[in-house]
Amino acid sequence: MIELIVNDQVVRMDVPPDMPLLWVLRDHLELTGTKFGCGIAQCGACTVHLDGSAIRACVTPVGSVAGRRITTIEGLSRGDALTPLQQAWIAHQVPQCGYCQSGQIMSATALLAQNPNPGDDEIRTAMAGNICRCGMYGRIHKAIRAVADGAVAIWDPAAQGDAREVQHG
Amino acid sequence: MGKWTRRAFITTGVLGGGALLVGVGLRMGNRNEELAPLVAGRGEQLVNAWVKIGQDNAVVAIIPQCEMGQGAQTALAQMLADELDARWEDVSFMEAPAEDAYANWSMAKGYALAGVNIPPILEGSVNGLLFQATKAMHLQTTGGSLSVRSTGVYGMRVAGAAAREMLLAAAADAWQVDSAELDARQGRIAHRASNREAPFAEFAAAAGRLSPNAAPTLKRPEDFKLMGRSKPRLDIPAKVDGSLVFAIDATVNGMKHAAIKAAPVFGARVAAMEDKAARQMAGVVDVVNLDDAVAVVADNYWLAEQALKSVRVTWSETDNDDRSSEGIFKQFAADMERDRAGGTSTEDLARGDAQAVIGNADNVIRRSYRVPWLAHTCMEPMNALARVTASGCEVWTGSQNPLGFKHAVAEALELEPERVAIHQHMMGGGFGRRSRPDVAIQAARLARATNLPVKLIWSREEDVRHDFYRPAVLSEFRAVLDERGNPLAWENQFVDKHEPVEAPHIPYDVPNQYVHFTDSPTHVPFGAWRSVDHSQHGFFTESFIDELAYEAGRDPYEYRRDLLAHLPRHRAVLDKAAQAAGWDQPLGEGRGRGISLQQSFGTIVAEVVEVTVADGDLTVDRVVVAVDAGFAVSPDGLKAQMESGVIYGLTAALYGEISIENGAVKQGNFHDYGALRMDRAPVIETHIINSMEHWGGAGEPGTPGSAPALANAIYAASGIRIRELPISRYELVPNRA
Repeated sequence: MIELIVNDQVVRMDVPPDMPLLWVLRDHLELTGTKFGCGIAQCGACTVHLDGSAIRACVTPVGSVAGRRITTIEGLSRGDALTPLQQAWIAHQVPQCGYCQSGQIMSATALLAQNPNPGDDEIRTAMAGNICRCGMYGRIHKAIRAVADGAVAIWDPAAQGDAREVQHG
Repeated sequence: MGKWTRRAFITTGVLGGGALLVGVGLRMGNRNEELAPLVAGRGEQLVNAWVKIGQDNAVVAIIPQCEMGQGAQTALAQMLADELDARWEDVSFMEAPAEDAYANWSMAKGYALAGVNIPPILEGSVNGLLFQATKAMHLQTTGGSLSVRSTGVYGMRVAGAAAREMLLAAAADAWQVDSAELDARQGRIAHRASNREAPFAEFAAAAGRLSPNAAPTLKRPEDFKLMGRSKPRLDIPAKVDGSLVFAIDATVNGMKHAAIKAAPVFGARVAAMEDKAARQMAGVVDVVNLDDAVAVVADNYWLAEQALKSVRVTWSETDNDDRSSEGIFKQFAADMERDRAGGTSTEDLARGDAQAVIGNADNVIRRSYRVPWLAHTCMEPMNALARVTASGCEVWTGSQNPLGFKHAVAEALELEPERVAIHQHMMGGGFGRRSRPDVAIQAARLARATNLPVKLIWSREEDVRHDFYRPAVLSEFRAVLDERGNPLAWENQFVDKHEPVEAPHIPYDVPNQYVHFTDSPTHVPFGAWRSVDHSQHGFFTESFIDELAYEAGRDPYEYRRDLLAHLPRHRAVLDKAAQAAGWDQPLGEGRGRGISLQQSFGTIVAEVVEVTVADGDLTVDRVVVAVDAGFAVSPDGLKAQMESGVIYGLTAALYGEISIENGAVKQGNFHDYGALRMDRAPVIETHIINSMEHWGGAGEPGTPGSAPALANAIYAASGIRIRELPISRYELVPNRA
């Protein structure tokens, strides 16, 4: 029997200790917001927090984190209130397919928790473990920057090119 | 079943085009009785095939295109809602069900009849005929950057405008007034003279009994209220809190999990299988021989994977067991040489007499380029959940052609198509990969073999090794310049021709052109990869024109510009990119700019890439994009697609290589099939030109131009000319995953 604290809840499961945390979360706890992407800690889609730090759940044997605090994307917000980063993700219209975004947001949240005002290069380095095949790196960067700068995250169509750009070719 | 290919459809479209003009009397008519059970819930009234209105005035656009991240569903809802004059806050969308009745004829219409003006009197016939054709081909495809330019233009706008007319007619009837005295605005209908006003919902039922006009009056651009505005995407909130259910997250009661390993060499079969150890593992339900693959079904996915590793499979020998990348490229060169010597290649484009000019010239510029196979590597690995019961088969998956999947699964299981249901999900990336039903069929076969609901998930290694690949291509050029340095003759021969047909053709004014190709088949499966043939030919042609500019001693932007006097839209896009990038501002030592121009899927894109090459390392600093898609329905959506397309193209240019060894794919995961990451991603700026010409696509046109602009920038910065991708093959890029 393995005990974990997942999103502030104590859970006990009869699973083999070498089973990766990713599959415990997805198949046993039905927390499917954490995604499978590569299985070898190369893409970051499975990023969750272990005692507040970002880890790759796909290569973390569940036995190695017994008794520890795990936070997944489902446990990030309190009730319906999105975190400032999640709001910034909407304000900057970050996701395209959205599949990698749980991992991106978990990595970014851990970054800002440890370094509330990172430089641009620090953001780029900290986020390099998360692949986005839709290529939304620029938007992810801007969303993190906005939260670090304390900018209020509200969707502003004018800033996103709502004004028509008409030029007859 | 009728297998759909783009080329086959063009043929059908042409046949249809010939027939419809003699007046085949198929009209759409009122289909609500047939369609409503498929899409309308309680209290919802279907007005016409693509829009329903609830008692609370909620408007639901029924979208026959899939969402794989490109934002098409929001943009299409905007188009319908604008023509309908709905209030945006009332609008949501649902994806059209995978039923024959929802075959996407409006997309086919845009593709088959691109640029054809159909007299209003024939609209109904055209629509009816195309509907029959697309239904016969189970066509509900999302691809070809067609959502906005075809489904939107020929489907959503027309459906919205027709529904508006129907609501007005119903209101006029109810109030006994002339419909010309009525206004529709923000989801309500008003009668000016009597000051009466009521919501759409009040007239929806009566409107739903009318027959839609196949050629309603559409808004003029100056009257657009939603089109041309950046609206927040309706699918994004569920993508920031983990709540969106992708197919990989779907569950049903009693579901088991499957892992799979397919024959490493394409075409090989299971010769023998030793599965005793796997079967003895607690929680393993079954080991299934699928003939070209072996799967383990177990209580959870991790267990299935572990058990699969213990299964020993002997694969059959094939004729392809000794095939390698280098051997295949030698085959390409030999086949091209044979065709050249024998004059047996296939003509693709001929203008003037390029071969004679080249044959008589002393100074012929010859260049050869090549690109490798590419996998799609969608972030969401391939997966499907299937359940087979006495009544039929259900499949939960993410598909770029749900209707096609339905028929493919039906055929594989030998079921009537109406007994197969596809539960479509938003996709964690598509890029062309999810137009193939292979995984859905595997899941269905596993569900039938075990008599249990089975969710099959491919490992990343399976995904990389069993894709349908952007082909490896060899392309050779010969050119002759005139006394001013402009190209007088342009000859291009390459292997492997797919779609779009115009992908190898250049926009530049060259009087003598000869483009031809050689068929040189390989055993590696072909698939549509974001922008399809444009992805390779954009690199080839825009690299070669760049080389010609340098040969002529001219600036590569000015050189292109001078050859575009006949195409003012192209020239304007090129100018915009150059100006925005500050083309005339010198860069420092080790830095350089490269430019490219590519029209694809109806959209013209110019890109300027800035790089630094120093200390054996390459940094892509900045990409400036200018895009003319005719009209940007969602400017921010178009920008997002340009950013996405550029990164997708740069990833392939820098790192993308699938190689063949002993008949099989060598790479397996992101450590050896790398992706561009944030630490090396450039800043991207997009500049939109609304020329108001034909509306073009958005999902693919950003991709083809980034590889050549990057290669051209590397040349400008370092003098190293990239003629072979990926660039990681060259010393200037450190090999990194």
